[in-house]
Amino acid sequence: MSTTVNPAAAQDAAADIVTSKPVSRGALVRRRFMRNRWALGGIVVIVLLYVVAFSYPLFSPYSYEFHDTSLTYDPPSLSHWFGTDNIGTDMFVASMRGLQKSLTIGLLVGVISTALSAVVGAAAGFFGGITDRALMWLVDLLLVLPSFLIISIASPLFKGSSWLILVVLLVAFQWMITARIVRGMTLTLKTREYVSAARFMGQSPWRTIFKHIVPNMSSLLIVDATINVGSAVLQESGLSYFGFGVQPPDVSLGTLISVGTGSALTFPWLFYAPAVLLIITLLSVAVVGDGLRDALDPTASRARRREKRKDKLA
Amino acid sequence: MSASEITLDEGLLDGAGDGPVLEVADLDVSFPSESGRVHAVRGLTYQVARGEVLGIVGESGSGKSVSSLAVMGLLPEQARITGSIRFQGQQLLGLSDVQLSKIRGRRISMVFQDPLSALTPVYTVGDQIAEALLIHGRGKVSKHAAANRSVELLDLVGIPNAAARAKAFPHEFSGGMRQRAVIAMAIANDPDLIIADEPTTALDVTVQAQVLEVLKTAKEVTGAGIVIITHDLGVVAGFADRLMVMYAGKAVETGHVNEVYQQPRMPYTLGLLGSLPRVDAAEKLPLVPIKGQPPSLTDLPPGCPFAPRCPMAVDDCLTEEPALSEVDSTSGHRAACIRSAELAATEAAADEIEGVDASNAAAIETAVEVFGAELVAEPKAALRPRTERPTVLGVESLVKHFSVTKGVVLKRKVGTVHAVDGVSFEVREQETLGLVGESGCGKTTTLMEILGLTRPTGGNISVLGKDVSTLDAKGRKAIRRDMQVVFQDPLASLDPRMPVGDVIAEPMQVHGFDAARINKRIPELLDLVGLRPEYADRYPNEFSGGQRQRIGIARALALEPKLLVLDEPVSALDVSIQAGVINLLDKLKAELGLSYLFVAHDLSVVRHIADRVAVMYLGKIIEIGDVDSVFGAPSHPYTQALLSAIPIPDPVKERARERIILSGDLPSPANPPSGCRFRTRCFLHATLSDSDKAKCIEVEPPRESQGEDHEVACHFARTKQVV
Repeated sequence: MSTTVNPAAAQDAAADIVTSKPVSRGALVRRRFMRNRWALGGIVVIVLLYVVAFSYPLFSPYSYEFHDTSLTYDPPSLSHWFGTDNIGTDMFVASMRGLQKSLTIGLLVGVISTALSAVVGAAAGFFGGITDRALMWLVDLLLVLPSFLIISIASPLFKGSSWLILVVLLVAFQWMITARIVRGMTLTLKTREYVSAARFMGQSPWRTIFKHIVPNMSSLLIVDATINVGSAVLQESGLSYFGFGVQPPDVSLGTLISVGTGSALTFPWLFYAPAVLLIITLLSVAVVGDGLRDALDPTASRARRREKRKDKLA
Repeated sequence: MSASEITLDEGLLDGAGDGPVLEVADLDVSFPSESGRVHAVRGLTYQVARGEVLGIVGESGSGKSVSSLAVMGLLPEQARITGSIRFQGQQLLGLSDVQLSKIRGRRISMVFQDPLSALTPVYTVGDQIAEALLIHGRGKVSKHAAANRSVELLDLVGIPNAAARAKAFPHEFSGGMRQRAVIAMAIANDPDLIIADEPTTALDVTVQAQVLEVLKTAKEVTGAGIVIITHDLGVVAGFADRLMVMYAGKAVETGHVNEVYQQPRMPYTLGLLGSLPRVDAAEKLPLVPIKGQPPSLTDLPPGCPFAPRCPMAVDDCLTEEPALSEVDSTSGHRAACIRSAELAATEAAADEIEGVDASNAAAIETAVEVFGAELVAEPKAALRPRTERPTVLGVESLVKHFSVTKGVVLKRKVGTVHAVDGVSFEVREQETLGLVGESGCGKTTTLMEILGLTRPTGGNISVLGKDVSTLDAKGRKAIRRDMQVVFQDPLASLDPRMPVGDVIAEPMQVHGFDAARINKRIPELLDLVGLRPEYADRYPNEFSGGQRQRIGIARALALEPKLLVLDEPVSALDVSIQAGVINLLDKLKAELGLSYLFVAHDLSVVRHIADRVAVMYLGKIIEIGDVDSVFGAPSHPYTQALLSAIPIPDPVKERARERIILSGDLPSPANPPSGCRFRTRCFLHATLSDSDKAKCIEVEPPRESQGEDHEVACHFARTKQVV
């Protein structure tokens, strides 16, 4: 036979070669996310707000508990960036302290409630039967309860104790919808062959859930956590506004806004400083959530690389 | 009503000259992607004449579907298309969607792969066909006439009781009937060109045979040119007139179907032919695996795109991409290979191979020689007679019923699905049992019952001599070590979030291996299945389908099992890749002394790999025995029909074959026929006398021996040669 043997193809059965290593999923998501200017701006703003909220003592000599009684209702100036309030508290410091509390509460609630819903939803979907029914009954029950009312009734009971109680209360009323979505996704993931493979190799159910089911919903969970952060910040501010959330002397954006509302027309900086901060925070979180969703969803056309239209054949 | 009563509408035949119906020239299609432009089709040129069937064959990603979607103008907006597509002399490229809509559906129609998504679920089938008529009827067709015509069309494509079925919704149709309805819609306006994109891939073999018949009828009735796109060389062998083989977005060989099958002049075509297991091969032939995988279409290196996988490649192949050139100046057979003359010389020297009587035996022999494929030696233990070997898996009168319930709060039982109804078989050590049957026959349920290791509804399952109903949780886990599974879909069977090393390590972790031992075993296993040990840190999405299936096999072998349950392990793979995986399974069985329970619907693969085969129909095994007896002398009418429906990749033989076309679809397992379950579709039953018929209806046929290791469940079993 006269054929020359190609050395590359003649290699052993191992010749199945992966040509050019494809981009990893993480890198792809990052690239798609970076392409979204708004989302990128959002994340920069959030990080900046967080950093400033915790490092404000570097910029300002005042403490939020220090009241300069000689300078009340002072409009924004170089020494008091956001002005001062009726008892001479520096509004910049107060806003930063409030932002600190609001962001921390929001972040904790977002992360904890998403984790809780992942566990409950995955367990309900994976085990099915009576577990599923009991958990979904609980979800439905919590969904029909008016959360705002219950938290406002419950919070005076915990008056004087830590703000962490507020986190627990907020989490308790925030995880249900995600848990339902997670349950639905678990039902589809459960039929995947790799989950059956784990079952047939004798893997325990809980390990299967944490090893195979939850990691495969991570994109949903990440996006959901972001959205939950936003809504938790809003909830917290709402409760604090009405005096049910963070209790004085501690401040949050909600309490500051509530105090400032009365003087919104006369001393606008008292109202606008915390209100604008709240709006900026929520907008950034929403924009980041949107960007993450687009970056994680391979079918979203918005994150796809744009081509110039002119080089397309009509 | 017969086909001749459907008359052609003369008005629709305008513009149909003598020239080709479709002329595609220098077609280029590219898409933007994250890693650069994907050149899906590169300089494709072909013609289709009236009444001609052009088969386009290629692996997934070869650009075969994209090229036909370009003809239909159905590509997404971001696709860039250049070249020329002329339909009856009219340039289609550059026409607006509105202009194209006047041609689409009326003069060019398309049959898609998935008949379920091609039909709207909220309208009746009849209405959807009528809609196709009304849209293009320009108001001349009345609603009533359209409805009548849709019934005629349904009748034409062989839907029984068409008038009543036209009022049914798509979900009330079976897969085969839906595909026929789609074909009815495609021919509704007497098109001049029908494009069928993998029309039978989603269907069972018996239904595939029916649908191909319908397509033939459609061609005769409309006189249209047909472009049939498929990855299955068997399907086009008997149906196409001309063949075009595509690779990496280009046609690499075109010509008359006989010439391409008998004298392939491009190593890729040759490899494809050699990689197909043949259902008509009495002797086990070596399968040709084409190594590597198709090139990425984003940045192709210069030279022949097949060169990296080609055993005949020389340095010249890497410099310039060969053009499609005439191999034989008289017949229009063209191939894109600089060494086609040498292939011809090798072929002339090849001897006839034994065991298969094929018109293209010389081509297959050349493929085996060029690609250097060889058979795996039989394991030594297999030399012991079967009855002396221990039983690894025993299934006895296994029954699995699902109850059908109604109501939400108070569930009432309204019926029972007899998914598996008394199945018995055994797998001995170092033996492969192939379990075959149409979808819905209970193969998968049987498998899940075995893998679930729980007490069945009825009957017994014993694994390695232990009855599963007596097992406790600990004993069950111990048995799982010895019985592992390989799944069908290599995409879904590996967790995308875990690196390959972790995927393979998982069963070992579950069964308490220590870390040092696991780390030592992972490279061994990867090596065993023909992958590189370095691949352990990569993720499943970086691998091709064949490689993923190898990883799945490595995972199954991690615990050194004795029995491997394979659920359609190669049906999701491309032919060229499939051969490699089958060879690997053959090798592993010989080296490790494994036993396989191999579930498949592809009988050619089963004939190649199995020692014994069991044919299932509606939850029962109707024929079981040695592969050679069942395939060589099938005695149950269903086995005969099943075998005759399998296309053979040999145009001469395929055209000469007499095909047993089964009427209708699989009856519902919720309400199986009395007596013999196959009698409602049995061609033999129809020819029997009334008293014999009564026996079929009343008495369920027992499984009776038809010779050594061959049992058949038919009252009137008679052997018939079908392949």
